[in-house]
Amino acid sequence: MLDAVFIMLAIVIPTMVATLAFGWWFRASNTRAKYRPDWTYSGRLELLVWSIPALVIFFLGGVIWIGSHQLDPFQPLASSAKPLEIEVVSLDWKWLFIYPQQGVASVNRLVVPTGTPLHFRITSATVFNIFFVPRLGSQIYAMNGMTSQLNLQADQPGHYLGLSAHFSGDGFSDMQFDTVAESGAQFAQWIARTRAGGPALDSAAYRALLKQSRVAVPYTYKSVEQGLFDSVAMQKLPPGDGPATAKSSAVWNRGT
Amino acid sequence: MTLLGRLDWSAVPFDQPIPLAAGALVIITILGALAWVAAKGWFPYLWKEWITSVDHKHIGIMYCLLGLVMFLRGFIDAVMMRAQQAMAFHAAGYLPPEHYDQIFSAHGTIMILFAAMPLVIGLINFVVPLQLGVRDVAFPTLNSVSFWLTATGALLVNLSLVVGEFARTGWLPFPPLSELRYSPGVGVDYYLWSVQISGIGTLLTGINFVTTILKTRAPGMTYLRMPMFCWTALASCLLIIAAFPVLTATLAMLTLDRYLGFHFFTNEAGGNPMMFVNLIWAWGHPEVYILVLPAFGIFSEVISTFSAKPLFGYRSMVMATLFICLVSFCVWLHHFFTMGAGGDVNAVFGIATSIIAVGTGVKIYNWLFTMYGGRIHYATPMLWSLGFMITFVTGGMTGVLLAVPPADFLLHNSMFLVAHFHHVIIGGVVFAVFAGITYWFPKALGFRLHEGWGKAAFWFGFVGFYVTFVPFYVLGLLGMTRRLQHYDVPEWRPWLLLSAFGIIIISCGAVCQIIQLVMSIRHREELRDVTGDPWNGRSLEWATSSPPPVFNFAVLPHVEDTEAYWDVKQKARENPDLGAEPHYEPIEMPHNSPTGFVCAFFSTIIGFALIWHIWWLMAVGLVGAYATFVVFAWRDVPDYVIPAAEVARIDRANRAARLNASSREVMI
Repeated sequence: MLDAVFIMLAIVIPTMVATLAFGWWFRASNTRAKYRPDWTYSGRLELLVWSIPALVIFFLGGVIWIGSHQLDPFQPLASSAKPLEIEVVSLDWKWLFIYPQQGVASVNRLVVPTGTPLHFRITSATVFNIFFVPRLGSQIYAMNGMTSQLNLQADQPGHYLGLSAHFSGDGFSDMQFDTVAESGAQFAQWIARTRAGGPALDSAAYRALLKQSRVAVPYTYKSVEQGLFDSVAMQKLPPGDGPATAKSSAVWNRGT
Repeated sequence: MTLLGRLDWSAVPFDQPIPLAAGALVIITILGALAWVAAKGWFPYLWKEWITSVDHKHIGIMYCLLGLVMFLRGFIDAVMMRAQQAMAFHAAGYLPPEHYDQIFSAHGTIMILFAAMPLVIGLINFVVPLQLGVRDVAFPTLNSVSFWLTATGALLVNLSLVVGEFARTGWLPFPPLSELRYSPGVGVDYYLWSVQISGIGTLLTGINFVTTILKTRAPGMTYLRMPMFCWTALASCLLIIAAFPVLTATLAMLTLDRYLGFHFFTNEAGGNPMMFVNLIWAWGHPEVYILVLPAFGIFSEVISTFSAKPLFGYRSMVMATLFICLVSFCVWLHHFFTMGAGGDVNAVFGIATSIIAVGTGVKIYNWLFTMYGGRIHYATPMLWSLGFMITFVTGGMTGVLLAVPPADFLLHNSMFLVAHFHHVIIGGVVFAVFAGITYWFPKALGFRLHEGWGKAAFWFGFVGFYVTFVPFYVLGLLGMTRRLQHYDVPEWRPWLLLSAFGIIIISCGAVCQIIQLVMSIRHREELRDVTGDPWNGRSLEWATSSPPPVFNFAVLPHVEDTEAYWDVKQKARENPDLGAEPHYEPIEMPHNSPTGFVCAFFSTIIGFALIWHIWWLMAVGLVGAYATFVVFAWRDVPDYVIPAAEVARIDRANRAARLNASSREVMI
């Protein structure tokens, strides 16, 4: 990305300078500037004006080709550690994070161990959303009936803002979640605490989640029904119903 | 209840003071204007000379007027959004989500489709036939229909302010959010019908101008003698013909989903919402070039005129224009790299996108070399042009950056993206429209715009633009996504406040524009353009009087060079005999026709009835519209003829004024 910026700045800045310089020097009141009313063509300059942008784009094309393949979000990260699987479901208007290997789930808080590759499988139980934790890297669409993938890794412990980057309706601004990156040991403790208490995510609990609502305080599920993510992604569980009544504004639940 | 479909009193937002007050203000303004017009007894004049006019000049001016009014509406939306985001830190702000969502949706829809498009099409309408040296467009009545259909769309969008609601889906209604299940209200229906109706108008304009440019040029005006603006208008209209049917079909499919329970784009029953995204951007990206190519044309005219030099590398410019026209259809996927199409697909579309920048880069260099060796006069249009050149290169650069997929995975849908497209659309299209309006204003209305206020408007607009939108780049890099109604991130706050301050500066610019217009009208006698050639112009529109007579040219000009009028002026200087009076002949002109207005009346009824499911009213509208079509199609009124003596009288007055002015110039 920085390569691309520098390649382009190399021609953008001279162009801006030339614009101002020509504009200043050839002002009508400057009698020293030579007026060439018939100078309208120069083969050499024409060659130059086509080849400079073409060359820049030629270089940039290389950067794009290589970058698109190397940084494809579906590509697993090069790492010796086994990736942690996380399944993400976007709902109206909250995020459900399922940890299939651990059998727990969390709403609106994503807890991950540092230094471990994370493999996300992402779908939506409603309209389009985008799963995005800006400080960790790439974003990708969450779409009903489809599964996207994302490979990320948190190197530093900390709290990172996560959000939906695709407008999804009136509760869109509340679809932000806290991403907590902590050491492997702390993560294991969190898993243990989560398993110890809270509700279970069965089909009844999932149906309640499907309803439009905003979640002010994140919470967790101690267990998750087997294959829930795949049922959502394969549309075996139908998507959310949208607003509760046909009359659109004012009437329905404005959330917490 | 069934008589009025879904319409009842709950459609009027009595509980929401902001739209109610805004709606009341608009209604009072309209009623006030109507009362004033009635008191002055101007209705017959308006009806005869404007509403039913098929004269491309009048239609062009009405397009620009519509565009400017809608531009103001869209700008007020922008101010409201900046104010909301400035306030809504750890707070709800003053706009609830269901209102804020309508505002950003309306802002985008209005700015692109009902402000930028009418302004650009208005300038094309006014200028192209004059530059081509012809009397009108190929299909004058169709042109009037186009305008009135666009006005219908604009009317429906604004009606949603007080009756019902507008879409809450963004300016492109992506399903599944825009499907009935997630958007059961009338907002999306308002969007669909207003865009459909105005879209038909735009398509007709495209057909009309492609025909005009290909078929009706002045004698001697070969393709490679056409002014640059005509070339860009041609490219833009070709894009309209190719792209707008895609929009119409896409929205028709969404309409079928919403009205008849189809499943083109739904989540369930095999619908595919991604297909909508593909289709809408297959229109949406060319749409950007539909707007920006004529803008490039305007800059070409302005820079060449005010540098007192022909355009540098004319053929190169034509090639670059057609190159952009073609490639603009091969890049739409860059709007959704992040849907995860994979490395190969993303790389191909990323490279295709950056290739477009070659054409644009060539144009920038050619304008630069047009200035080189010129004698540059800094009138307001030239200031806008220079402001454009500075702004557009950075806007283009951020665009190419977004075309690099790895960068887009971080910046997609962020404020960085919002900054980018405002950078190119304001820096490109809006600056061009202001340059073009100032440049051609004397031709259209016979007097120049006030220079002082114009320059003030430029500086406020230019500086305000940077203060407003540069913070967006920073916000995007700080991870802020677009369309947030409230937020809790403290790092974003100062930049949003700065941006809100920027829009205050732009507002000063907007006020200057309005003062400029008022001052110019009040001082019109001092600013009168008697020669018809206030800027020492180079193309044919400056060869006739300001404003031009209804037939544009008393005798069709004979073109022998790329710069038709400049060429004539040079030859006249060497050979004064060329000033001899030509042989006048009678001129046939088309009659005015209320067809466009009546069509628009019935399409407003159809649109409104469909939005509110009032089926009987829709039938009334359809029958009315069809009857209008039949009456017009079977009309049996020949064109009227302006006798040669009358043509001679008008032209002699013009020539005398010109001669007077030029001899005065010689004396000075």
